[in-house]
Amino acid sequence: MLALFQQEFVRNAFLAGTIVAVVTAVIGYFVILRAQAFAGEALADIGFAGATGAAVLGISSLLGMFFLALLAALGMGALGTRIRGRDVEIGMVLSFALGLGALFLSIYSQSGTNASAGVGILFGSILSVTLIDVLISLASGIATLLMIAFLFRPLLFASVDPEVAEARGVPVRLLSIIFLVLLGITTAETVLVVGVLLVLALLIAPAATAMHLTRRPLTSISLAVALGLIFTWGGLILAFVGTGRNLPVSFYITTLAALSYFISIPLGRLRSPRPEMEQPYSSCKQVSAPLH
Amino acid sequence: MAIFTILQYSFIQNAFLAGTCVAIIAAVAGYFMVIRGLTFAGHALPNIGFAGAAGAVLLGIDPVIGLYIFTIGASLGIALLGREATERDTSIGIIMTFALGLGILFLSLYSGYAERVYSILFGQVVGISSADVLITAISSILTLGILLVLFRPLLFSSFDPEVAEARGVPIRFLAMTFLILIAITVSLSVQVVGALLVFTLLIGPAATAARIVQRPLWAIILAIILGVSYTWLGILFAANSTWPVSFYIATLSFGVYLPVRLLSPLWIGRRARKLAITRQNTSLSPGSPAEWEQSDSVPTTGRVPGSTR
Repeated sequence: MLALFQQEFVRNAFLAGTIVAVVTAVIGYFVILRAQAFAGEALADIGFAGATGAAVLGISSLLGMFFLALLAALGMGALGTRIRGRDVEIGMVLSFALGLGALFLSIYSQSGTNASAGVGILFGSILSVTLIDVLISLASGIATLLMIAFLFRPLLFASVDPEVAEARGVPVRLLSIIFLVLLGITTAETVLVVGVLLVLALLIAPAATAMHLTRRPLTSISLAVALGLIFTWGGLILAFVGTGRNLPVSFYITTLAALSYFISIPLGRLRSPRPEMEQPYSSCKQVSAPLH
Repeated sequence: MAIFTILQYSFIQNAFLAGTCVAIIAAVAGYFMVIRGLTFAGHALPNIGFAGAAGAVLLGIDPVIGLYIFTIGASLGIALLGREATERDTSIGIIMTFALGLGILFLSLYSGYAERVYSILFGQVVGISSADVLITAISSILTLGILLVLFRPLLFSSFDPEVAEARGVPIRFLAMTFLILIAITVSLSVQVVGALLVFTLLIGPAATAARIVQRPLWAIILAIILGVSYTWLGILFAANSTWPVSFYIATLSFGVYLPVRLLSPLWIGRRARKLAITRQNTSLSPGSPAEWEQSDSVPTTGRVPGSTR
């Protein structure tokens, strides 16, 4: 087992996986709190379009991902500020980006090289992470975490209760755009390391699981980070030593993440029953008159 | 015109016929998805279907069977887990990543070249046989028929779930039935246009139409017209170039939506003021989309304003 760590790609995979798991768990807490799971997924897929576009142009795929994810984050933030109807704006931006991705992929595969580069981005390649990738994700991860720490209180306030926060003078809209940009940077950096698929698993599963088990923000975030690390390390260890059949890492990580989420749902109901959340549309029933 | 000579080829004719069926059923189902706030499900279900197809290929059975099993199973999971609006997107996301993780596992276990699986991901509009067209047409008509039967209660429960429930409309049963219909629509569309385009055809025409007109029936008709035009133009452009159909359709859809989205506050705001005046005099009949006009965004009943948690 320990002999594995003498190989460089194993060490890089663990290093990059650790960085990514920590950053995505922290960002993911706010993603769940703000009900922006779809935005996270969309930004990851948009990053895919950016990466394939960069491959066509022959520039660094990270640059392409950052560029398109930033553009999309700004577009989503500008178009959909309300919760109602926000998912439609995200969906439209996403479908356009996916169309572009299909175009770039087809140009790229027509130009002689095969499409496996694109498929690698889609399905992840944590085992082919280089030391430079590790350093880039470390730098952008630290920058993102510092930004979150700096904005922590207003962002939490604006996420939990946007209307009261706005009334108190918190720049809710600006925070929402900044958060989307941070989310875009995180997903781009994570796509580079673990692929489009795993981004969403690491982004929402640890935080959603943690929030079923505890309510306090800091405890939730710490638990989410711990869970993210368990999923990533567990997935890597299982892939390396668990079976001799060489099953993909992303399968193990997504399965660990999904199972822990499914288990946390009944546990969360058991621990802190939320009668008002049992029924669909219950909040409408309790408030008989519109709030505004 | 030279551009239309390609219509003589039977595979292009089949592409047009199957594409038209898919565009119509996707526009109708998509309208309800947009007003119910299920956009993410429209993105997730095609991807989940991809995983199912990969599993079926591994087992050596028809990928279509895997497609239906996975999408319908995921719909039931979404309906059961995501009862609360804020929780729904999270459970959709986790179900999707779980399914895709399984898909990767199936693909890695399958040693052969899974060409049909990749064609499900990226679509294959020009590889459609006449039998495929017939199957697509029949299942589209069946799905449309069920949607028509459920039309009024579905519309009522989409716009005003509390009142609908109070009037005895089985909203939970409707929500589940609707998700299963979406799963069937996605499965039959994915085989024709691929996972990527299904999402565009579901959301694009419906979202644009819902912003232009307000009455549900007209919005659905407009969505069908838009969807069919995008599909026809997309196939025409793609058949005359080397670029993929999905790119043309996605670009057309976004290119029409963007100006509509940016300009729609002009007319939606005016209608809201007009409605506020008429509302003082007349009472609205139940089921009329009263919420539409109050907000400048497309109404999605699943989300309650101000309740992010």
